[in-house]
Amino acid sequence: MKQENNERALLQGLARNDRKAVETIYKQNYNMVQSLVINNNGSSDDAKDVFQEAMIVLYEKARSGTFELNCQVKTYVYSVCRRLWLKRLQQTNRFTEVGDIEAVVSVEDDVDEHTKRNVEFEMMDKAIGGLGEPCKSLLEAYYLQKKNMQEIALSFGYTNAENAKNQKYKCLVRLKKIFFTHYKNGNSDE
Amino acid sequence: MNDKNDIMMLDAVERYIRGEMNPDERLYFENLRKTNPEIDQLVVEHTLFLQQVNRFGEWQKFRSTLNEVHTDLAEQGKINSDRLKGKARVVYLWNKYKRVTAIAASIAGITALTISSLVWSISPKPSTAELEMLKRKVIVQEAKTNIMQKDLNDVKHDVNNKMDVPVIYKIGGTGFLIDGKGMMITNAHVVKDSRNIRVFNSKGDQFNAFVVKLDMVRDVAIIKIDDDHFKPFSSLPYGIRKTSSDIAEPVFTLGFPRDEIVYGEGYLSARTGFNGDTLSCQIAVPANPGNSGGPVFNHSGEVIGILSAKETEAEGAVFAIQSKYIFKALDELKKNKLYENVKISSKSTINTLDKVQQVKKIQDYVFMVKGD
Repeated sequence: MKQENNERALLQGLARNDRKAVETIYKQNYNMVQSLVINNNGSSDDAKDVFQEAMIVLYEKARSGTFELNCQVKTYVYSVCRRLWLKRLQQTNRFTEVGDIEAVVSVEDDVDEHTKRNVEFEMMDKAIGGLGEPCKSLLEAYYLQKKNMQEIALSFGYTNAENAKNQKYKCLVRLKKIFFTHYKNGNSDE
Repeated sequence: MNDKNDIMMLDAVERYIRGEMNPDERLYFENLRKTNPEIDQLVVEHTLFLQQVNRFGEWQKFRSTLNEVHTDLAEQGKINSDRLKGKARVVYLWNKYKRVTAIAASIAGITALTISSLVWSISPKPSTAELEMLKRKVIVQEAKTNIMQKDLNDVKHDVNNKMDVPVIYKIGGTGFLIDGKGMMITNAHVVKDSRNIRVFNSKGDQFNAFVVKLDMVRDVAIIKIDDDHFKPFSSLPYGIRKTSSDIAEPVFTLGFPRDEIVYGEGYLSARTGFNGDTLSCQIAVPANPGNSGGPVFNHSGEVIGILSAKETEAEGAVFAIQSKYIFKALDELKKNKLYENVKISSKSTINTLDKVQQVKKIQDYVFMVKGD
């Protein structure tokens, strides 16, 4: 019972991007995932990639609020990593039977959902990257770093917040255009 | 027109989504949304988009947390990952101890400065060579020109006996108008040894000018354009600031480090000048010989100083005389009956324009100053 409470607290911390929680989960699970990957044709860099992907899956799950943990965090992380690593092996035609060192739960849906989300995020990343300056920094400052218009006007050298705001909207229109073009193309491709 | 409407609409939609509208506005907007499917569509689409952007931001943050945690744990040996090697390790350690290093460096810096300023203040002869006056020597190939000039003169001498000796301008700087009638400010060190002064505007027109006041202590000179074809301006777009400015205020300069007007921008870095000089202030802008006497503007287009010198020992330390000394110099000048009616304005009419427009308006009032 105590352990279950601990894990719940850990997941709540994770959902807040709390550094302590991330560190704890990292410490408790990384070595296990690294052994899995290295024992199955992978390098320590692969292990890092796969583990961090799994952490993102767990993060998204914890944030969704509907996540009921019906197994240990350790089992869940292991299962997601296993699934992700198998997928990657298949993509590179290095398929081998994975020798299991832990119990496994079914995470197929979670991993698929994660892959879809990743595609969307990468699309956003590309769209923002394709904007050029000063649009990129301007939008990042407002929408990602959540700075207010006053600060932004000052640090970008606009004469007042109103000017900065207008410029921000012009950039936003462009970003939306780029993003939705990719989005529609991306969805119709599949 | 259309563009502007789009932006206003987007602004309304975004404030609606963020719940920043007041109740009346909100009600009005909701009605609009009900009756206009296009707007409704925009709200739905924008909500989706903002969600996507937000989640993207959080995703990015989480990823960077993961990377930091990974490197930290690997470095501490708490996970079995490869430790960083070679360059990557140096970069990691640098990032990790950047703050500590920065603090240590600044303490060292402050100590060094304190000691050097102590040494400086007790040393018998302060070295003025550390400050480089930014006047420009225009003696490009002077010797060569002189010889050529001589030859030319000899030839001309035969043709025409009453040949004027041409004035060769050796010193160059920058100056700017402080009233519409041709009163100008520049540095005293630019014009102090000159008998003939000529000023050039950015269009290339040139006018004769003469010194009306020279204040060597403050390094401020007031000169006046005295030329028949100079057309007075009715007013100036910029004003002169009476009070001191604040540190970190963005500033820009216009000057003639070459035969073309050059724009530079930076910020006010200290309220005092070289070695704590209270007459001047320190700014960080690119400055070269020829910038001397040029105006330093703040973002509302007010003159806050006169660019005068840079430190030879340090990169990027440029000094400007504070603009209030323009008023002081002028007050002294007004004691002379001839000039008691000179008026300068402290109001800028270009404070709302963006920088490009400001510079466009200002550049006709900034001149290259040449003296022999």
